[in-house]
Amino acid sequence: MKAFEFASPVTLDQALAELPNDVAKRDSVKLFAGGQDLLTEMKEHLVEPTKLVNLKRVPGLDRIELAPDGTLVIGCLATLGALAEHAETKNFFTCVAEAARSVGSAQIRSQGTVGGNLNQRPRCWYYRNEHAPCLKKGGTECFAYSGLNKYNAILGGGPSYIVHPSDLATALVALDAQVTLRSAKGERTMALEKFYSLPSEGDVTRETVLEPAEILTHVRVPAKSGWQSTYLKFKERGSYDFALAAVAVAVKSDGAPRTIRDARLVLGGVAPKPWNVPKAAAALVGVALGSAEGAASSKRAGELAVVGAEPLAHNAYKVPLVQGLIVKAIEALAAR
Amino acid sequence: MENKSHGGVDLSRRGFLKSAGGLAAGGALGQGATAAASAGLLGDGVERASGEVEIELTLNGTKRKVKVEPRTTLLSVLRHRVEPALTGTKEVCDMGSCGACTVHVDSKPAYACLLLAIDCQGKAITTIEGLAQGDTLHPVQQAFCEHDALMCGFCTPGFVMALSACLDAKPNATLDELKEACAGNVCRCGTYPHVFQAAVAAQRAKQAGGAR
Repeated sequence: MKAFEFASPVTLDQALAELPNDVAKRDSVKLFAGGQDLLTEMKEHLVEPTKLVNLKRVPGLDRIELAPDGTLVIGCLATLGALAEHAETKNFFTCVAEAARSVGSAQIRSQGTVGGNLNQRPRCWYYRNEHAPCLKKGGTECFAYSGLNKYNAILGGGPSYIVHPSDLATALVALDAQVTLRSAKGERTMALEKFYSLPSEGDVTRETVLEPAEILTHVRVPAKSGWQSTYLKFKERGSYDFALAAVAVAVKSDGAPRTIRDARLVLGGVAPKPWNVPKAAAALVGVALGSAEGAASSKRAGELAVVGAEPLAHNAYKVPLVQGLIVKAIEALAAR
Repeated sequence: MENKSHGGVDLSRRGFLKSAGGLAAGGALGQGATAAASAGLLGDGVERASGEVEIELTLNGTKRKVKVEPRTTLLSVLRHRVEPALTGTKEVCDMGSCGACTVHVDSKPAYACLLLAIDCQGKAITTIEGLAQGDTLHPVQQAFCEHDALMCGFCTPGFVMALSACLDAKPNATLDELKEACAGNVCRCGTYPHVFQAAVAAQRAKQAGGAR
């Protein structure tokens, strides 16, 4: 790692004052939270900031609490471990707790934060190799497109084919989470889904619309009374890993047998951002959980979820994988 | 857990290497420590550190002053910047992938290679050297010995720290939870079945013993 200054502000305004407004300088100053992704990037010389702005002395940013209206409010410095163990999150926002628990290892979850997880950089091995001047690093070519692309995108790719690595983002999008972005000019709030951008939509070297002088301070998940959710992640190995593919499913149901009245379905590990598939989710509505009709609708949702998929040479396996995960996730909800 | 000294000769691997290659290496290190040092409050309440600064860490219950740069990892401090060195914490991947450097930070498991030492001030750091109470091994250490839960042994301190953190926090962890607790540790000898046996045995011993 190259040498850097370590600045520890005690207020958000002080932290914001440390950040450059200039897009060209955005990587010269980095926010430091858990450091579980950033330090690996610095060790690989993918970013070489001259200053880290340590957020840990700003009080209150690690809180997880349920607002009076039932909204779950998660501070950006809450650790993934704390979120995974948080009782109300487990009870009312189950897929979020499950996704948090699926991240990395116990060692990473004890330090890694919600803000860091949502802002982590891609895992594509061309991106992570300092000697590969790929599109994500300001180069002219996505080497994954014609290279070894087993782990890359089947949906939403081009010109870059990374997949977004965050488990938490997939689950949070399924529960309509909003993020609060703070800058010296004030605050803006947006759907987490809109926080992420496709490579074709904006700056191909970034995955989000976060401005250089902005901090993602909070995530808000609206109360979802009568909803159940689950996050299902498929990894290449039993120990800790990123998702080959994942699904977050949320359904609102009532009656006996429980009939689905509303649904959300979001795919992870298959696209450069959490891949929300509302048309597939709509196929689940109106059928009873656990019924033969329900099984058919899960299959139908799987077909709709991958509409437009364009697998690369080595990742066509993700299409049936994600369809299988959808069926299994809905079976899991029916069994609860 | 300490390196035993026999007849005044330090027989640990590190002690041997030091006395064998000592002077040349010492000279090189001395010249490296010339970076400009600055730390402290500059009126705006923002604490800044750059170059070499002195910090205080709590290592195995003892407060230790140590000189670091902001980029110095806790792993580097443990192995290279405290005397006697705490080399039970192993450096393997240095990228948070293998678990060999697992320590406890305020009782939670963490990769020492992905922690900045300067950010560890005020936290209780426990390494494998601090796990035993005097001559009494932690139940996980004892069970690893009894169940032959190591081959080359290089990953062992990391596994022991990961499992001890889990069992101290969750005395009734299921086998799946114990496996999950060390899912962030890699053993290239493939000793996993014995590791899991030892984890279950340690749990039983803890439950029977009560105290720890």
